[in-house]
Amino acid sequence: MPSPRYWREVPARYRLEAGRCVGCGAVVYPARRICPACRGQQFERLALSRRGTVVTSTVIHVAPTEFQMEAPYAMAVVETPEGARLMVQVADCEPNEVGPGMEVALEFRRIRKEGKSGILCYGHKAVPVR
Amino acid sequence: MREVAIVSAGMTPFGELWRYSLRDLFVEASLGALRQAKADTVDAVYVGNMSGGQFVGQEHLGPLLADHLGIRGVPITRVESACASGGVALRSAFLDVASGMSDLVLAVGVEKMNDGGDVTNVLATAADQENEVYHGITFPGLYAMIARAHMTQHGTTLEDLAAVSVKNHRHGALNPKAQFRQEVTPEQVMASSLVADPLRLLHCSPVSDGAAAVLLCPLARAQEFTDRPVEIRASGLATSSMALAERRDPAFLDAVSLSASRAYHMAGLGPADIDVAEVHDCFSIAEICVLEALCFAEQGRGGEAARTGETALGGRLPVNTSGGLKSKGHPVGATGIAQVIEIFEQLRGEAGERQVKDAAVGLTQNMGGSGGSSVVHIFERV
Repeated sequence: MPSPRYWREVPARYRLEAGRCVGCGAVVYPARRICPACRGQQFERLALSRRGTVVTSTVIHVAPTEFQMEAPYAMAVVETPEGARLMVQVADCEPNEVGPGMEVALEFRRIRKEGKSGILCYGHKAVPVR
Repeated sequence: MREVAIVSAGMTPFGELWRYSLRDLFVEASLGALRQAKADTVDAVYVGNMSGGQFVGQEHLGPLLADHLGIRGVPITRVESACASGGVALRSAFLDVASGMSDLVLAVGVEKMNDGGDVTNVLATAADQENEVYHGITFPGLYAMIARAHMTQHGTTLEDLAAVSVKNHRHGALNPKAQFRQEVTPEQVMASSLVADPLRLLHCSPVSDGAAAVLLCPLARAQEFTDRPVEIRASGLATSSMALAERRDPAFLDAVSLSASRAYHMAGLGPADIDVAEVHDCFSIAEICVLEALCFAEQGRGGEAARTGETALGGRLPVNTSGGLKSKGHPVGATGIAQVIEIFEQLRGEAGERQVKDAAVGLTQNMGGSGGSSVVHIFERV
């Protein structure tokens, strides 16, 4: 990934910054220009809580090249208390234990590593709350 | 708008076609359609292709394909909507003829997937790169999440999922153009290797090469080319959120629902009027969700359709008589046109062992990504 592209996405990836629509209150993650619910264009910044609930999930057995060493691993759509939904990997657990309704914390982790000259890519992964 | 008909079709077999390049596939299918109609040339061509650039390093398909089909000078427009590229190419051709701009128009779909490309990564470009793919999700993974949501909310079972693959392989075994012409048992499906839990290898459509082409003209001129034209009664295209996480109900394909209601409205027909349908079963769960979004099954009850035989040949509404993407193969850009060819042949009574008796009205549904785009067409025997 070229570094400007990576750098542009830092606020959402590192700080879980979302936008809350001033018009209708919808929470949009990552922030964007136009509210998908009401088409409003005024947003306030909002940092998401670092926890949530699994909406749906899977266990990836056939992985993309960059994730092959990690397979099998769990992926989930997680909803935060603010109502934002994120696609994240679920780590530090038996992948088959992950399922809808599971409570998770969102932790800052390394997501991928792009070859010898590539940059290290960070973001959030979910871990089950025990 | 003018009434529009399909007058001929041409198609390569689907499969791992090592002797064929992208341009060979395109020429063979297009020539098949032109020959069947005894047409020399056309006014325009629309070609659906998801990713010539990533699969074989070839973009700018218009001049390349015009040149190789021997029709230099003719306008060719390449159309892309991921796995729905073929269906959207048909829609573009339909609009061109309906508007009165062109008379004789080819709609072609082509994809060369087996030529060294990194297929998993190329297909993943149809998902949201920044918010989904970055984190390690794959396409089977997205549909697996849809499956798990459907199973949790509606009680759909692994047996229901397997029944879709079993049915489509049974149909595909009767199709000489299909990539996998063999039947599979529910046990084989459920014992195949895990790709993305709960989806296994035999829930997934294969990686395929292939091309398909249909020739369109105003209905008023159709008799010049065939005595059995098929009319395109309606076209509906819709979009939804790109990222699966953005959909309030991950088990409901709202773009499919919207594209269907637009097509039903345009045709003045409803789900009960359809005699045969080809739908986008890229994964077994997709067929289940699509049946619900097309109103062929009640919300949450799509899993029963294949298991009870309702959607099999001989059932109330045969679905994917061609074998579907699962058994016939899924050269992504070609799929939408290949679906149309199956319905074209069904409505002309040319489907051989797969023929649905007295089929008069047919439907195709072609989908891009995890359901971010969907296109529905309705056809009627003239």
